Order: sequence, then C-alpha cells, then structure tokens
Amino acid sequence: MKLSALQQSYINRRSYSFRSSGPLDSSSDTAIKSPSAIFWLIFHGLCCLISLLLGYRFSRLVFFFLFSTNFYASPFRPTADLVRTLDVHSVLSNNPVANLHLPLINKTLTNSRVVVGRHGIRIRPWPHPDPVEVMKAHRIIEIVQKEQRSQFGVKDPRTVIVVTPTYVRTFQALHLTGVMHSLMLVPHDLVWIVVEAGGVSNETASVIAKSGLKTIHVGFNQRMPNSWDKRYKLESKMRVRALRIIREKKLDGIVMFADDSNMHSMELFDEIQNVKWFAAVSVGILVNSVNTDQMVDHKAEEENPRMPVQGPACNASNMLAGWHVFNTLPYAGKSAVHIDDRATVLPRKLEWSGFVLNSRMLWKDGGDRPKWIRDIDTLEGDIESPLGLVNDPSMVEPLGSCGRQVLLWWLRVEARVDSKFPPRWVIDPPLEITVPSKRTPWPDAPPELHANEKPEMGIQEPIEKHSTKRTSGSKRRSKRKHGTRTDTQVLTRHSEQN
Amino acid sequence: MEIWRWVFIGFLFLADFIVKIEPFKLGRSQPTERISGSAGDVLEDDPVGRLKVFVYVLPSKYNKKILQKDPRCLNHMFAAEIFMHRFLLSSPVRTLNPEEADWFYTPVYTTCDLTPNGLPLPFKSPRMMRSAIQLISSNWPYWNRTEGADHFFLVPHDFGACFHYQEEKAIERGILPLLQRATLVQTFGQRNHVCLKEGSITIPPYAPPQKMQTHLIPEKTPRSIFVYFRGLFYDVGNDPEGGYYARGARAAVWENFKDNPLFDISTEHPTTYYEDMQRAVFCLCPLGWAPWSPRLVEAVIFGCIPVIIADDIVLPFADAIPWEEIGVFVDEKDVPNLDTILTSIPPEVILRKQRLLANPSMKQAMLFPQPAQSGDAFHQVLNGLARKLPHDRSVYLKPGERVLNWTAGPVGDLKPW
Repeated sequence: MKLSALQQSYINRRSYSFRSSGPLDSSSDTAIKSPSAIFWLIFHGLCCLISLLLGYRFSRLVFFFLFSTNFYASPFRPTADLVRTLDVHSVLSNNPVANLHLPLINKTLTNSRVVVGRHGIRIRPWPHPDPVEVMKAHRIIEIVQKEQRSQFGVKDPRTVIVVTPTYVRTFQALHLTGVMHSLMLVPHDLVWIVVEAGGVSNETASVIAKSGLKTIHVGFNQRMPNSWDKRYKLESKMRVRALRIIREKKLDGIVMFADDSNMHSMELFDEIQNVKWFAAVSVGILVNSVNTDQMVDHKAEEENPRMPVQGPACNASNMLAGWHVFNTLPYAGKSAVHIDDRATVLPRKLEWSGFVLNSRMLWKDGGDRPKWIRDIDTLEGDIESPLGLVNDPSMVEPLGSCGRQVLLWWLRVEARVDSKFPPRWVIDPPLEITVPSKRTPWPDAPPELHANEKPEMGIQEPIEKHSTKRTSGSKRRSKRKHGTRTDTQVLTRHSEQN
Repeated sequence: MEIWRWVFIGFLFLADFIVKIEPFKLGRSQPTERISGSAGDVLEDDPVGRLKVFVYVLPSKYNKKILQKDPRCLNHMFAAEIFMHRFLLSSPVRTLNPEEADWFYTPVYTTCDLTPNGLPLPFKSPRMMRSAIQLISSNWPYWNRTEGADHFFLVPHDFGACFHYQEEKAIERGILPLLQRATLVQTFGQRNHVCLKEGSITIPPYAPPQKMQTHLIPEKTPRSIFVYFRGLFYDVGNDPEGGYYARGARAAVWENFKDNPLFDISTEHPTTYYEDMQRAVFCLCPLGWAPWSPRLVEAVIFGCIPVIIADDIVLPFADAIPWEEIGVFVDEKDVPNLDTILTSIPPEVILRKQRLLANPSMKQAMLFPQPAQSGDAFHQVLNGLARKLPHDRSVYLKPGERVLNWTAGPVGDLKPW
C-alpha cells in the first residue's frame, strides 16, 4: 500500500517519503498494519504537530534520545546543533530509524567509506575569499591566457612602434591617457615615440611616465599654430621626424601612427601584425557636426553613410581597388578654420593613422626594400599623407578583412586656445573658493572660519570662466558671469588634491 | 628470377613499414598529448573485426512502441540505450548468424517511461527487463547456454540495474537477479557499491552533439573565469534542509564560496551556458542524487578542466581514459578547502591537463554522434566488450545446470509486463 502511495506522489521526484519511510517501511511490502505500525504513525503525527509549533524537527530529538547508539555515520553533536549555526556543524546524524536498516545495509556495503543517508554540510570557520588565494588564481589565469595567445593568437608577434605627435594643452591629459591605456593593454612588445611640439615638457613627461612602457620622448622646436590647416602640416612634419628617429636607431618592428585624440581597438594591434611592407586599415571618422546636421542629412543621406570611413576599398577579388576618403563637400565653407571656431572639424583626405609600415622600409640600407617604396631621405618638402612615401599606391596591402573592419576611430575635440588648466592637473596649494551657487536647493551656508583667498586668484580665474567640472565632489555650480564676482561671500572650502 | 623475388619481398616489407607510420594530423594547431590509460593507447582502436554482436529482434512493444509513445526519450541524458540499438543495427560488427556471435544484445528501452516533467519512472523497468529475458530465453537457446554471461544490456538509469532513483531503495533492491551474469553497460559507477558489479562498462551520459557544436566560440577567446558551475545546491523540493542531496557536498560548495569572486557559481539557467564553460579554467562536476552527471561530458568537450567531487566514483571508460591526469579529484570532505586545492595546482600541470583535453580523440570518446564516427562512445563500448573476450570456458554451463534464481527479488517484480 505504501508503494502505490509513493508512485502516485511522484510529481516531486523524491517525495518527502524519507521521513515517512522510516518507521513505516519496517514492514515494507506487507499490507497488514501491525499495532506497532499504527503506534508509530500516531506518534509520528504527534511529533509533526509539535514540530510545526516549535519550528524544528522535534521527532529527531525524540528519536535521538530514544535510540542514542553510536552510528557508523557522521559524528553527531548535542541537540543545540539542531538550530542552524554558521560554524562547522555536523547536523544530527541520519534518520535514526536507519537503525532498522543497519543489518541490511551493512551486509551489502562492504568496506565502502561512502555512506548513504544524511551528511553534515561542512563549512569552514571563515568562509570568505582569502586574498593570497585570489592572487594565485589570477596568476594561473594569466598563465593560461598567455598559453592560449601563443597557440591561437598571433605567431611571432613583432614589436609595435607607435608614433604620437602631441603638445601641451587642456585636453592633452584626456587624450594622451586614453591612448596610453590602450597601449598598455597591447600584449606585444611596444616602443612609444612621442614627439612634442614646443619642446619636451614636464606635463607630457609626467603623463607618459605612468605607462611603464618603453618611450622615446622627443621635442620639436616649433609651437602649434592656431589654424587647423597649419596644424596638420606641422603634425606631418613631426611624424616624419619620428620616422627619422626610427631610421637612426634602426628600430625593428611595425610602425603605426596613434594620434592622441584617436580611439583604438585591441584587434587593431593583432591585425597590424599581418603587414608585410605597407598596409592600410579603415578609420571611422566621427565628425562632430555642429549646427550642420539638418543640412547635411537632407542632401547627403543617400551618398554618405552615417559614419564615414576612410580607408582602402577592395573589389570583388579582394584586391585593392581604390580609397574611401572623407567627403568634405557637405561641409564646404562651414568647417572650422581656427581652433576656436565653433564649427565642424574635418579630417584630412587620408589620415596618417590609417597606415601601417614595416620599420625596415625606413632603414638606410634599403636592400630589402621593394622598389615601390621611397627612401625617406629622398623626400623634398613635406608629405601630406604616408602615400607620399610610396611610388606606387596600388601596392598597399589592405588589412582588416580588406578594409571591411573598422579598427580605430578619428575624433578631434579640443578646447579653446586660451583655456588654462592647473599644471599637471594638481591643485596645489588647495583652493579656497568663494562661489555661492545661484540655483541650488541648499541654503547658503553661514560663513564659517577665516577668509584668506587672495593668492589663489590666478588659478581661480580660468575655472570660473569655463565652468568645467571641479574635481572635488561637491555641489554643482551654475555658470557664472563676471558681474557676480563682486558678491562673493567668503567661505572656506578645501578641495581635495588629485 | 630469384633475386627479383627477394627484391619484391623486401619492397613489401618496406611498404608495410611506411604505412604503419602515423598519419600527420593536419589542421590542428593546438599541441595535444596522447592519452594512455591502463588499457594502453586504446581510444583509437577499431573494434571492427575484433568481435561480433548478435542483436535479438524483439517485438516492438519493447522498443519501437515505447519510443513512439514518448519521443522525448531521444533527447534526455538516458538516450544512449536507443542510439546504441540504432548503431548496432547498421554496424559492421553486427552479425546475423548467432552461432558465430561473441556478444548478444537485447534492445529493451527500460528508461523510456517518462513523467510529464521528463524524468524516467523506474517502477516498471524490472518487469520489462524480466519479460524481455524470458522471451529471449524461450525463443533462442543462447541465454540458457550461459545464463546470460555473453549477453550485454544497456541500463543508463541513475543507479544502473538496481532500477530505482533513491539510493537507499536501490541498494535494498540490488542488481536485478536475472542480470547477475550479464555484462552491464551503465552510466552509474561507484566503487564498492551494490549497483556496480565487476566487469561492467561505464559510459558517459548522453549529451546532444549538434547542440554543443553550435555553441562553440573561437579558441582564442581568453579563459577568464576561474571556477564555473551552474546547477542546484539545495534540492528544495525533496531535501530542503540539505544533507541528503549530494551528501551535503553541493550545499558545502555554496556556503563556502558564494561570495568568492573566483567562483562563478549560481542556480541560474543562462542561455550562454556552453559559451561560459569555454571561458572557464575549471568546471565543477559535483555529485547530485547520483554521482554521475552530463557536466563531465560538457567539460571535456569545451576544454574546461573537470573538478570531480564524488567519493569513489568510477568515471566512463576508466580503463581507457586516465581520468586522474585529466581531471582534478576532490574528496567530499575537502570541499571547504576547494580554493586552496585548486590554486595550489602547479601551472604546468594545468597546462598539461588542457592539452590532454584538447586531444580530439578524448572529445570524440565522450560523444554519441549520429551517424556514428570512429573513436566515439559507441566504439569505446565495443572496444571494452572486445577486451573482455575471449569468454572463459567456465561461463558455458553444462546442459541442465542452472545458476540463476528466477524467483528472486521483490514480489512486485515477478508480475508479467
């Protein structure tokens, strides 16, 4: 009878028959209910009711006291452990009515150390991560990943030589740190050549020093001019200067141009390992259209894709057929000429950053160099794009599945020429500012302590002018006009040093 | 003319020698290692020609009709019994002449009686098996000749031929008395357990090969998860307090490591389960209600080192596959120290295990592909059967001699099916 009940209640896979199977199965297959079975049934029901009231398994307690022989099973503890605690506990041993099953099980389980029944849940005294173990695990993961890279990644990776022209300005820290972090993630050997307009400065040096990469920091003695046109020309000159350095030092590897305002993907660094002599990748151009959106959209929607791409164009047989260049027509007359113009900044026809060279083509003894590449020393004047280095542009190798993958993005965002920023972005001595906010819900705090803010005037100025975000997390300030400066109440505030 | 004969013979020797050289494995860039178990380098053995199997033709109520009633049987983890039947029907080891057969196969699908949830009910299985054996013993003389010693049966259920899902009940029942002399091919394996008899062949549970194939990700994706597990820790429906389910081992894993960032463990069912396994270094394979689980197969296919937490477990094809060198075995009592154990494995050992797992013959041996390919689990079963040949003289009984007790076992089993 019990068996059929089991079958019917099979919706739960192993029904709650553990407990009920105890005393009642002693007379397993017989349908006759012996008086002891009835007694156990009533007793068990009573214990269940008491358990409901008390909240734990009362029947276990009773059985434990009644049948307290030493079982072969896991060691048991006094009944206080029935209440769950978090230290190492072995819950009370298995169903004590297993007693009746003992002779049956013992004869079939010969010298097995695995026992059926209830076991304790082992918890160690401090079940939390151990930092030493965590570090060891991370080292193991690093080793596994290195092995994976050596098997499935690029075989025999060559050194990557990165050429970056830069100069000191407000947004330099932003851009340069971005490029620096990308370069720090590259798994191959790297040499970073930073050419700085206006000479070597501490600003740039301090940013670069944090990278831990091998860097060559060179100065260029002209200052950056203010018009975009002249800037591009100067940057080209700076890059050629870097190429000459590579030539002098006979650096071996792959040369790529990472402008500090660009964004690079990690696949780029794996893809450029495929270059033989001179290759091109596709660059996504993120043009910051200012006020020209409506005009551009109407006319040029069919011709231009949403985000234009500069790079090699291939025909059906994956051979280089031409170049995608940036269409400047929609922006004719509306593009920015000077740095401060609030107009769209346009890229050149073909950006330097979309080209990758093998450094050996720059070396003096051009024995290996193919005929279609010019020697740098034969360059008269400046070159506008690296295509000026080749005699035959059709020999350029397209990378990134023939230009279909966009592996880096061009974006030019710069602050005004006269925008100032704290040197090395360290505010020293600490600010003592005095600006009451105009539109906040907080009432103006009462004047607290002393008032001395004279020496900080020089640094205060540009911050108020540009309403750039302050680094100390505090109330938002609204834009300030010059007139209200006379109303400043004197408060002391300490802003944190960076 | 004599000299030409000798030249010809010399040439034959040379050709024979060259042909024996291993074919160069093209297209496999990852270095792998050869797998040698205690039975030698046998994963690539070909059983064709080494044994002959005779397949009894039973009335369709034992196989086809059951499958028609519930086609879900083809997709669950016990589907090996059905696919083995199909494989043997069209395999070159099959013989239609029972006199020359070394092994006899009885196609009876005992694990195909499913609940609405998809779990197999074992209650009728003993009677079904018994009825099938009665049939073959009365229609063919081969059963009585050896009382089943040269017959093999597939019993992929939780506890094999004990035909119950609860371990206590299964132990109580023991292996079906009629199968005492037959060879059992089962997924359950635990040393010194009633339900694993001497000479059984352990097979992996069925895992759908096409489904796993479609979830492969590029091999250069870096493995960034340290330990991965998805599944239950507490079986709330049947054992809410814990302690019975998995002998408390899964609950211990949860309690000790639930806030450990290295252990990506939870009870969720993500759609990216297979992809995540390929991004993990270790995959936990703890016991559940029974010690075996399809996680082992999945871990091997996806190159994740299996961490086996099941005391005394016998893994599939244990004589052909050196599991000690491939997986990590952790005693249930050592589960609280799992993180220490795993981080103290030397990196060279870990890389070696990954190389062994990358061996394609290892992955192939865990699968039941349709149609069958060389080196897969079907062939490993046949290899295992072939290794047991030739049968000992003593299994052939003298006429009139009886060993099996046809009335042993619980009364309920004796009812006809």
